[in-house]
Amino acid sequence: MLKALVIDPGKCTGCKQCEMACSYENEGVFNPAKSRIRVFDFHHEARFVPYTCTQCAEAWCQQACPVNAITTDAMGVKVVHENLCVGCKVCTIACPFGTINYNASTGKVIKCDLCQGNPACADACPTAAITYQDVEQTGYDKMKLWAARTGTGESAGPNAPAARH
Amino acid sequence: MHHVILGAGPAGVTAAETLRGLDPDARITLVSGEPEPPYSRMAIPYLLEGGIGESGTYLRQQPGHYDRLGIEVMHARAGGLDAASKRLFLNGDALPYDKLLISTGASPVTPPIEGANLPRVHTCWTLADARRIMELADRSAPVVLVGAGFIGSIVLEALYERGCDLTVVEIAPRMVARMMDDVAGGMLKRWCEAKGLRVLTNTRVERIAKSANGSGEELRVSLSDGGTIPAQLVVMAAGVRPNVGFLVGSGVVVEAGIRVDDHLRTTAPDVYAAGDCAQAVDLSTGMHDVLAIQPTAVEHGRIAALNMGGRRTRHRGSLNMNVLDTMGLISSSFGLWQGVQGGASAKIVDEGGWRYLRLEIDGDRLVGAQAVGLTEHVGMLRGLIQTGLRLGAWRDKLLSAPERAAEAYVALAQGMTGHGWTGPRTKTPV
Amino acid sequence: MGWTSKILRVNLTEGTAKSEPLNMDWAAKYLGQRGLASRYLVEEIDPRCDPLGPGNKLIFATGPLTGTAASTGGRYSVITKGALTNAIACSNSGGYWGAELKFAGWDMIILEGRSPKPVYLAVIDDKAELHDASGIWGTSVWQTDEWIKKRHQDPMMHVSAIGVAGENQVLYSCIVNDLHRAAGRSGVGAVMGSKNLKAIAVRGTGGVRVRDFKAFMAAANAGKKVLRDNAVTGQGLPTHGTQVLMNVINEVGALPTRNSRDVQFEGAHDISAEAMATPRKTDGRKNLLTNQACFGCTIACGRISKIDESHYTVRNKPEYWHASGGLEYEAAWALGAATGVNDLEALTYTNFICNEQGLDPISFGATVGAAMELYELGLLSKETTGGLEMKFGSAEALTRAAELVGKAEGFGKELGLGSARLTAKHGKPELAMTVKGQEFPAYDPRGIQGMGLTYATSNRGACHLRSYTVSSEILGIPHKTDPLVTDGKAGLVKAFQDATAAVDSTGLCVFTTFAWTLNDIAPQVDAAVEGGWTPEKMLEAGERIWNLERQFNMRAGFTAADDRLPDRLVKEAARTGPAKGLVNGLDKMLPEYYELRGWTKDGVPTNETVARLAL
Repeated sequence: MLKALVIDPGKCTGCKQCEMACSYENEGVFNPAKSRIRVFDFHHEARFVPYTCTQCAEAWCQQACPVNAITTDAMGVKVVHENLCVGCKVCTIACPFGTINYNASTGKVIKCDLCQGNPACADACPTAAITYQDVEQTGYDKMKLWAARTGTGESAGPNAPAARH
Repeated sequence: MHHVILGAGPAGVTAAETLRGLDPDARITLVSGEPEPPYSRMAIPYLLEGGIGESGTYLRQQPGHYDRLGIEVMHARAGGLDAASKRLFLNGDALPYDKLLISTGASPVTPPIEGANLPRVHTCWTLADARRIMELADRSAPVVLVGAGFIGSIVLEALYERGCDLTVVEIAPRMVARMMDDVAGGMLKRWCEAKGLRVLTNTRVERIAKSANGSGEELRVSLSDGGTIPAQLVVMAAGVRPNVGFLVGSGVVVEAGIRVDDHLRTTAPDVYAAGDCAQAVDLSTGMHDVLAIQPTAVEHGRIAALNMGGRRTRHRGSLNMNVLDTMGLISSSFGLWQGVQGGASAKIVDEGGWRYLRLEIDGDRLVGAQAVGLTEHVGMLRGLIQTGLRLGAWRDKLLSAPERAAEAYVALAQGMTGHGWTGPRTKTPV
Repeated sequence: MGWTSKILRVNLTEGTAKSEPLNMDWAAKYLGQRGLASRYLVEEIDPRCDPLGPGNKLIFATGPLTGTAASTGGRYSVITKGALTNAIACSNSGGYWGAELKFAGWDMIILEGRSPKPVYLAVIDDKAELHDASGIWGTSVWQTDEWIKKRHQDPMMHVSAIGVAGENQVLYSCIVNDLHRAAGRSGVGAVMGSKNLKAIAVRGTGGVRVRDFKAFMAAANAGKKVLRDNAVTGQGLPTHGTQVLMNVINEVGALPTRNSRDVQFEGAHDISAEAMATPRKTDGRKNLLTNQACFGCTIACGRISKIDESHYTVRNKPEYWHASGGLEYEAAWALGAATGVNDLEALTYTNFICNEQGLDPISFGATVGAAMELYELGLLSKETTGGLEMKFGSAEALTRAAELVGKAEGFGKELGLGSARLTAKHGKPELAMTVKGQEFPAYDPRGIQGMGLTYATSNRGACHLRSYTVSSEILGIPHKTDPLVTDGKAGLVKAFQDATAAVDSTGLCVFTTFAWTLNDIAPQVDAAVEGGWTPEKMLEAGERIWNLERQFNMRAGFTAADDRLPDRLVKEAARTGPAKGLVNGLDKMLPEYYELRGWTKDGVPTNETVARLAL
């Protein structure tokens, strides 16, 4: 069964423990600037929005990669292979969600890979604003809807991977 | 059913894979004009820098990828096309097809400069070019790069990383003239100069000649400003043009590129075109134009293949965009970055901090953007333009604070109207 | 490891910014933040210097847990000689700024001298530059925040700034970061203003490391569980914020009301947490929109409020119709009970103004309360107040005063002196509810006896955060003591003072101590940095820090005579509530306290004490 991060901004307090957990898990240090998840602070609207890759089926980043450094794993997760990434950054402008970023200190791009099925951000969230759930949950549908809004072709994204069934 | 795909760049490879996904039984032939496995030109600068080997440029990394998918890869160049009899001529042999995709890409233009055909004067386009450049561009070797457009600037980075003593000559008044405005172009130039490069804009190469003295191997490059510079290597990056010569007399109409309709069909039956050679719809203008960039090639390849395979899919248009890393200074541009008539513009410049952001808004939609020094969530600029999200209250906010574009995108995608701080009676969650 | 081991030293007179190594010998003894920066201050300035002169220094300091995944690990403190108090000042703030400084690679910033013209400091990773601030001088904290982010094209910058109050050297002006978190007390904002420094903007993209990540994560996660499972930190604070205390403290008869004439406020409920969460009659909306956490905090006590758009204060000012930092308990008390005002929206508006102009709402509200008493006694009149009717209970007087004081014009300038100087000026110094020049906060020492000793001995002037015996005396944490007796309070105060000094030196929030003891904190510190930090060693460091601060103050001219409370608290008995008939028994506690501290009868640390603590 496929699982996904389900984010409920209404529960987020803006503590950024998710960013800390993510950077520790992926970079081995506490460094929100290198986190794959980011909490947007809409101060004037009293709202905090944790934001990260939805592992969209269209996989704009993967399609745009010129050297096949981003692949889809068995769980549907789009994974960057650091050994192949040349740092051209085309994926960073291709991803309309802005969730794949260039890391100048490594010269590679970074994105959420759901921590190989055990996302540290969800574990660290003190208010259950970020949970890791079965994709059948409604929250995921909402995210997919959002993802679908960016399609270039009719209906689903024409950029979707060839092997998608 | 026999699908022939002419050209094994990103458009061609994506198309071949897409077709295989649609039809497990079709015969798919992928014709590459170069001897290597399908590779990415975009990766060549990283090969020059030494970050990767040749195999690191390959479009697909798994060994046996094409065999596994049952895609026949041929190495041949097209000599002509008979669309009426559905035959493609390869090195003189006729290859029949049921459906044909032309994804032949583009080739560099050699400007009409005396001496442009001398040894040690190279374009930087193919792996073969890259090998020769690597032989010639030694550490501290004097190198002249002709052209500081997008491709020139990518090559520039690679030559800098190789430690060459680099002079860049650009005929236009600024660098990356077709990607960014004069503020950004000027910033890039200053950055290059701060890194020790000579960047000569508004300057033409008049002549390249073998050096009279010395080994006889060296070149002297004469410039329109009267100066002359020595070079061990001259790299030409003066633009590209679509590879469409073989289509003369084929019945396929060629304008700036191969004319295609909104299903990427050419004027000939069962012949499609994709990528750098195709003149397809630009999402921003709705006009047909050649957008010679990687993401567009992939989009074209995918949509053309869907149509070839019987799944009618309209191409709504591709968004022009580029990203460039100039020795650590990262810049990007999207859509109608020059702005539109009657539109509104927001610009903020921090010369000392090497940052620049310009947004172009038409009505209450973002239609174009340029950024220097921005790497966080840069794709959201595409997101805002591509989705045509109505900016609502964010329009005025972005005009006064364009640096908040990422916030605007997330807020709008979350259904937050942005009326919270200026407008009355906002709905606020508890 | 834990520490970045780097200090940024900025000489504002010369316009230079230089990196220097952290003194690791001192770090081993004083940990970080409050303790370590105090050590630097003691070393580097003349305790008798003019706090608003170029001889004073201003230190922004993080702790070893700032910028780590420890819950609440995002604090920083501003250490200087206080403008309001002339004593050592250490004002602690949350938000995100402190962690960002750490991510930029700095443990602290030491600011020296005085800039010849208004400047702000931009710290972007290892690059630190002073920039011209003439474009933002005279603007609010909020405008400054926006301006700087735009100037650097980076909404992810965090800005710590003074408002116009700090520029005008209002003596209780504060330093505000992230729009509404503040290093609030003792006039640290005035010191910053005196240096012509408008703001420090920080952006950090480096990482913070700890000594032993595995042990650290285990200790931090264990700590988070304790906070989650505790009723105060797990439920009370996130739901109600510190405002959970308003009704509680009122009921125990310890809510200083109308300049401490009373210990209970009839309007307490109107300005309580419960009121904030009840839909307003006017627009059917709640004052409170949501809670907010500071960096890394799993408690999230912060309040985000929105003022009723039809309220008189903002009816014609849509710029205040957005959400922002709402009332915390101390602010609600000072702006409300201390002035007798029970208009929640007026209090929220005043709180916004305090954040925007950079005012400490405790000292501001208490000063307004003192002014109201002077007014009622006829010592102030409409002529001297510029037409303001400074009557107890007048929301109009409160909100108008807030608008005036930051600008330091007319009567606003008088109010900006703080209650000690204001009441002295009008011949009634006994009406100042202050210790060492600083207004005391929301706990009346007649109803909570330990707080009398807390205020009297606090090194930064009256303050609840130096030894929050309310925890024990009212909430029963860690054990219940009787708030109405003085017995045992000397020891309680000392224990709280030492432990708090240690906590304030870690980068953690003192609110964790509703649930945590040093047994929860020490393992986190120990896993973060070298030095073998046990609870005992932390407590010893806390005691060392306390004595260090004390020594500074003695050199600055303070004596045991300054360890006193306003006469009202020790002479005028509480008129209602459980403490009815009681005054504070400071004289019963103070000698015992000196003895427990190892100080002479005159409150001077003995040579043995100094030697024992290796001062």
